Amino acid sequence: MEPASVRKHSLLSMIARNGGHGEHSPYFDGWKAYDRNPFHPTQNPDGVIQMGLAENQLSFDLIEEWIKNNPTASICTPDGVGKFKDVAIFQDYHGLPEFRQAIAKFMGRVRRGKATFDPDRIVMSGGATGASETLIFCLADRGDAFLVPSPYYPAFDRDLRWRTGVRLIPFACDSTNNFQVTLAQMESAYAKAIEANINVKGVILTNPSNPLGINLSKETLTSLLSFTFEKNLHMVCDEIYSATVFKSPAFTSIAEVMQETECNPDLVHIIYSLSKDMGLPGFRVGIIYSYNDQVVNCARKMSSFGLISSQSQHLLASMLSDEVFIEKFLEENSRRLGKRHSRVVEGLKQEGINCLEGNAGLFLWMDLRHLLKEPTPDAEMELWRVIIKDVKLNVSPGSSFHCPEPGFFRVCFANMDDHTVEVALQRIREFVSKGNKNGDDKKHWRKRDLRLSFTSRKCDESLISPRQIMSPHSPVPQSPLVRART
Amino acid sequence: MHKNCRVFFTDFLGRLFNTIFIMDRVQGCISEVLARALKLAVGATIQLNPSNRSRGPEDYYQTRSVLNFHEPSLTLTAQVKPNAFVWITQLPLLLLSTTISCSFPANSSFVFVHLSCYFISYRVKNPTSLFSLKTMGYVSSNTKPLLSRKATNEGHAENCPYFDGWKAYDKNPFHPSQNPDGVIQMGLAEHQLCFDLVQEWLVSNPEASICTKEGVDKFRDIALFQDYHGLPAFRNAVAKFMGRVRGDKVKFDPDRIVMSGGATGAHEMITFCLADPGDAFLVPTPYYAGFDRDLCWRTEARLLPVVCHSSNNFKVTRKALEEAYAKAVEANISVKGLLLTNPSNPLGTILDRDTLREAMSFINEKNIHLICDEIYAATVFRQPDFISIAEIIEEDQEYNRNLVHIIYSLSKDMGFPGFRVGIVYSYNDAVVECGRKMSSFGLVSSQTQYLIASMLSDDQFIGKFLLESAGRLATRHNDFTDGLRQVGIKCLNGNAGLFLWMDLRGLLIDSTVEAETALWQMIINDVKLNVSPGSSFHCSEPGWFRVCIANMNEETTKVALARIREFVLRNGNKPNRKEKCGQSDLRLRLSFRRIDDVLRSPCIMSPHSPIPQSPLVRTRT
Repeated sequence: MEPASVRKHSLLSMIARNGGHGEHSPYFDGWKAYDRNPFHPTQNPDGVIQMGLAENQLSFDLIEEWIKNNPTASICTPDGVGKFKDVAIFQDYHGLPEFRQAIAKFMGRVRRGKATFDPDRIVMSGGATGASETLIFCLADRGDAFLVPSPYYPAFDRDLRWRTGVRLIPFACDSTNNFQVTLAQMESAYAKAIEANINVKGVILTNPSNPLGINLSKETLTSLLSFTFEKNLHMVCDEIYSATVFKSPAFTSIAEVMQETECNPDLVHIIYSLSKDMGLPGFRVGIIYSYNDQVVNCARKMSSFGLISSQSQHLLASMLSDEVFIEKFLEENSRRLGKRHSRVVEGLKQEGINCLEGNAGLFLWMDLRHLLKEPTPDAEMELWRVIIKDVKLNVSPGSSFHCPEPGFFRVCFANMDDHTVEVALQRIREFVSKGNKNGDDKKHWRKRDLRLSFTSRKCDESLISPRQIMSPHSPVPQSPLVRART
Repeated sequence: MHKNCRVFFTDFLGRLFNTIFIMDRVQGCISEVLARALKLAVGATIQLNPSNRSRGPEDYYQTRSVLNFHEPSLTLTAQVKPNAFVWITQLPLLLLSTTISCSFPANSSFVFVHLSCYFISYRVKNPTSLFSLKTMGYVSSNTKPLLSRKATNEGHAENCPYFDGWKAYDKNPFHPSQNPDGVIQMGLAEHQLCFDLVQEWLVSNPEASICTKEGVDKFRDIALFQDYHGLPAFRNAVAKFMGRVRGDKVKFDPDRIVMSGGATGAHEMITFCLADPGDAFLVPTPYYAGFDRDLCWRTEARLLPVVCHSSNNFKVTRKALEEAYAKAVEANISVKGLLLTNPSNPLGTILDRDTLREAMSFINEKNIHLICDEIYAATVFRQPDFISIAEIIEEDQEYNRNLVHIIYSLSKDMGFPGFRVGIVYSYNDAVVECGRKMSSFGLVSSQTQYLIASMLSDDQFIGKFLLESAGRLATRHNDFTDGLRQVGIKCLNGNAGLFLWMDLRGLLIDSTVEAETALWQMIINDVKLNVSPGSSFHCSEPGWFRVCIANMNEETTKVALARIREFVLRNGNKPNRKEKCGQSDLRLRLSFRRIDDVLRSPCIMSPHSPIPQSPLVRTRT
């Protein structure tokens, strides 16, 4: 807390001055490294490959084809322009009725019909970022806290805490049980918080997990839900990766578990988005689905601060209502994700690198503990710097996800084409084999100033990607968190 | 386990709160009144520690009502019917170490203890042991408020009576053929006069969209684009457009363009950047009704009115500013800035150079911020020309530009409120940087950014659009003011905006807000025009109404004018009109159908959702 005199004479707010946006964390240096020197198969084959961006770029061809076949879905085609005026002036914060219906149906479809969603509970917001913040504004006051299993998405610190003044209390999951969330951990975190006189308002789960790429099992969800019910805590489920599940076990939504477990629906809230499942982060479609009427009402009023462009609502209403297309898209998308996942997992395995066995998400949870000098966060950061600077892969260190156990890295695999994947794997191969060839290599690359000087150029030159894969992002100097949600 | 039994503690506004200090089985003190009320309502036995009783004068406490009261048993476990409800008001308790030790019967389902208590500031120590209700499961833990104060307070300001007009419209919207007796929406500041130009442009520029055959190649890159700086082309185009709208007298730097979700999001964002909870902004009255939500609700900042009067055409004077500032200082409120809306909503006037310079020197002297909401900049339809604050700081380099921030939007100037393009343009680097990070919470859809970038970059089109838009607004404005003048109704002399500031002071029975509301109800219910009363804009003088004129076609305009004419002719010229107007049950029974029958307008039904609507569903009006 600043002294009152400082506060009084400051031109800007504490929020503006406090760094709560979390962008100064060292983790984001990786983004900067990428932005300074982005990989391109022909123009910059030595550049950094972006593997820190959880984007789903594998199925755009399907969407593009659909757009060509459905000109009336857009208000900017000769076939659709008749609707331009009505759509452009539409600012009802309930959203276009057909949009809400389509989203509700899509959410049910992604959960394989095991839960249905009421369009009247669909509340819009500016991406999952805005949705998370809005929900927290509805549920908690300054100083209140939420429990969240770690590792968790780094920008939760910004989304949930920065402007709301709410606290996050992580409770650690680790490799001893494959990072499963357990009731015991949550209970002890809760007890500790109560002891410290912290007002715990709820629990936040990310299912499927970012960064782990795994689902929560039905049993786990049931026990956690019972616990929150018993303690009268909110259960917030971030399910933005629900359609990225590419192999069994199938995804279980809290919506499904609720039907079978004794609980208080007023305490259950789902965050959703189309950024990951459809791969449309630019459209800023964030959804709050709450079973609490008061939260629905309040969040709807708050959605005025971040409504979805009616142009995008209109397009998505058509697209998501096309059942044949959606069926095909979801199936093909998960097939492609599965294929890509296997390829990367296998490639890493060949080099003796294991990953947490995952079945969802746009990333792997890679285990490099054996490459650490010692099991400390510092050693993890050291290894990570080598990977960024010398191997030239922007992966994300576990510490940035508040992972208690050093040596894990999140590797995104769906934001690039097949060729780039091969280049990345080749770089890892060279890195590992160099390390193995030379017994004392490990010591070497631990030295900060050691440059490995790979001859990446050679292997890259053989790759001429058919598609330009330069970052579409702005060339201006970028802040690391410029993508609102990764 | 009794799932339906809940105990809530709430404060006097009905907000749930979590701040009572209660410990099970510990001696403490409690107001006798509270003890009595609890006992009466739920049969709870409350132990009072006589030595430690609350110290306030006893007559200060009163129990007001006990709703849904059932004869309680006075034993430790009382028999209480479902939904027992206790309401205790005005209990400025000194619950310093209060003990409430009570027990509820197994069949209670709903216990509502309503405390009006400002001073309680202790936490629930151990909610699970509260009320020794271990066997009660659900009850025991429900003593904490479930939701936040923001969710349970009225900070969104939607429940103010003003918005009833919206409801009246939504229940019965006018349609020339299908519902000619319906309410005409004149409370919606939309600009619908130039969509033909935009549509024509779209048809001839298919590559501007990522959803046409010509533009779909860009779909992938655009759909993925979530850089919170915004598409460079978008920022460039908006910066250029902002300059153009201001007659190219000033230039805007694309790197200072910060996106947000509409002007609504932009206002909240700038407030989050500048003010801490409790800090205040001065704002001249009358002002846009949504400011209370936009600037205050989630930020916990405050707005303090700078009172303006009709005697000088609602001019913002230095004297009024100084008075408002002095008042705030006296009340020990930290003033963080001044908020000006230029052109003014609801006045439809612009601020002149002297006023702007005065405001600049005022904020410089006090070292506070100036937020200039210029979202109506391109709606100026006749002389004098619009002067942006940007121009003022260009002219005089003495001013500290770090204090100046412009809010912009395309909702009014282009008529695209649905696209949610809000802009914060700050001259302060730290604000730009912080605002950009905050824009993550409400970015403009990249699909929309892309389209807007193309459209606003087309100089020829924009030139034509702005010219035509001003021309059409002027025509509509003249038609309306002329029509009103013919029946003796005057408006404030405006040259901008999408509305008129109509003076009906002469029709009030007396100069009170109640009289204004009564007249307004008559206009809504009988004349069937949804106009907005001045009180909803915090206008200090009763009798003014904002009338939106650009959200309808010409035919509807004629119907609206005809209704006003009939209203005034039937009532206004009668000597006893004032008394009559005051009677709220008076029905004018105008035969609108006759007039409307001759009109066969193309469909102008509201595109808005058919479900029951909240009044502020349009985020910005």
